[in-house]
Amino acid sequence: MCLAIPGRIVELDAQNSNQALVDVVGVRRKVDLGLLQDEPPVPGDWVLIHVGFAMSKISEVDALDQMRTLTMLGEAEAAMQEVRGYGLEHEEQGSPGQRLKQ
Amino acid sequence: MKYVDEFRTPELIGKAGDEIRRLADPNRHYRIMEVCGGHTHAIYRFGLKDLLPDNVELIHGPGCPVCVLPMGRIDDGLSLAAQPNFIFAAFGDMMRVPGTHGSPLEYKARGMDVRIVYSPADALKLARNNPEKHVMFFAIGFETTAPSTALTLMRAKAEGLHNFSAFCNHVTIIPAIRAILDSPDMRLDGFVGPGHVSTVIGCRPYDWIAKDEGKPVVVSGFEPLDILQSIMMLLRQLRKGEAKVENQYKRVVPWEGNRAALRAMGEVFELRPYFEWRGLGFISQSALKIRASYAEWDSEQRFSVPGVRVTDPKAAQCGEVLKGVLKPAQCKLFGRECTPEQPVGALMVSSEGSCAAYYNYEHRKPVTIANAAAN
Repeated sequence: MCLAIPGRIVELDAQNSNQALVDVVGVRRKVDLGLLQDEPPVPGDWVLIHVGFAMSKISEVDALDQMRTLTMLGEAEAAMQEVRGYGLEHEEQGSPGQRLKQ
Repeated sequence: MKYVDEFRTPELIGKAGDEIRRLADPNRHYRIMEVCGGHTHAIYRFGLKDLLPDNVELIHGPGCPVCVLPMGRIDDGLSLAAQPNFIFAAFGDMMRVPGTHGSPLEYKARGMDVRIVYSPADALKLARNNPEKHVMFFAIGFETTAPSTALTLMRAKAEGLHNFSAFCNHVTIIPAIRAILDSPDMRLDGFVGPGHVSTVIGCRPYDWIAKDEGKPVVVSGFEPLDILQSIMMLLRQLRKGEAKVENQYKRVVPWEGNRAALRAMGEVFELRPYFEWRGLGFISQSALKIRASYAEWDSEQRFSVPGVRVTDPKAAQCGEVLKGVLKPAQCKLFGRECTPEQPVGALMVSSEGSCAAYYNYEHRKPVTIANAAAN
């Protein structure tokens, strides 16, 4: 839950200024930008994501470092599962809870 | 040699270990607390304890949100969700945490509508998609996750979404550190400060630990070298007789924290007069509750909560382990009745819990960089 997942801003949401599409190692998901409103990121910026919210801007080098840390900690798969689980888009694919794994 | 290749700079790790040995006064025993459960996980996973001399002891702190949550709060949340047309939504970490009559996952097996969400924003979306039901988000976490819950409630209010509420169990790290320092059976020399909590609160809130308590604090990153460097920085201060707050994790943690996140928390939350923590008991002003201006989105103000208080299973010594008084393996249930597969206590559930970390990496003792180097 306290994972910090690095992602790159792909595009800002034209309809909802609070959201942006991010790329996390090839997986694209919407995240909430509300916690970065004092220094809004632009496409190309790297951010650390906590529970679906971008929390801080970081450099590309630090983003790669962070992904490596997650891999070393054995948390990379959990991080990707978390990112894939963000359900802000894809209304038609049903609710996130339907992906509940036992 | 399992983890050796994964280190970017194995030679630097070895050097850091040497430097720590050089800095540590052989006539002194150092007790350093890593506050954050993420650090506990990293320390076991990387076998960093094996790199430290015997007189530099790491004590595991209370920074694991599911570990410190008393069982009564889980029971309260589950009893609320037993109402008809309720959806209980929580992070995956919560799902296997035992309540008196089972974990959320076991309640799901008995028919409760329990959903894993990865973000509070997803719980809000569940509410939008299920207008005939009430979605209760079981909110846990320190200052790392509290701002996200706050923003989600702000969004719910702005949207006028009335079938959504949060059962707020957010806690704050500073009062927990104070409680630990106040406990008579705990002597500590310094703190490895939490990394991601500090992205929100910054470094200033730790000032009193240095100024009033005379203990150094180094806010740390999560890579092996980050943690070793933070221990070096602490030992340097202790050697010089200094006590100040330093930031080893500058690349992510701004000294002032994240003001937008703090504003969101201030808008939605206020301090509870007191809150119960597993192991630490009642700590005043140590948790957040939802302000009256958001009462409609607060499960506790909107519904009647039983206010259950239960003690942990008698044989389990979660509290003593949480306080750092016992090591995980000293608990009578450790590795026998209580395992990650069949957890009795919450510390065995979360990867940030010291029992799970100890069980996975120490109890089963894989080859780490430290003991590989010795072979």
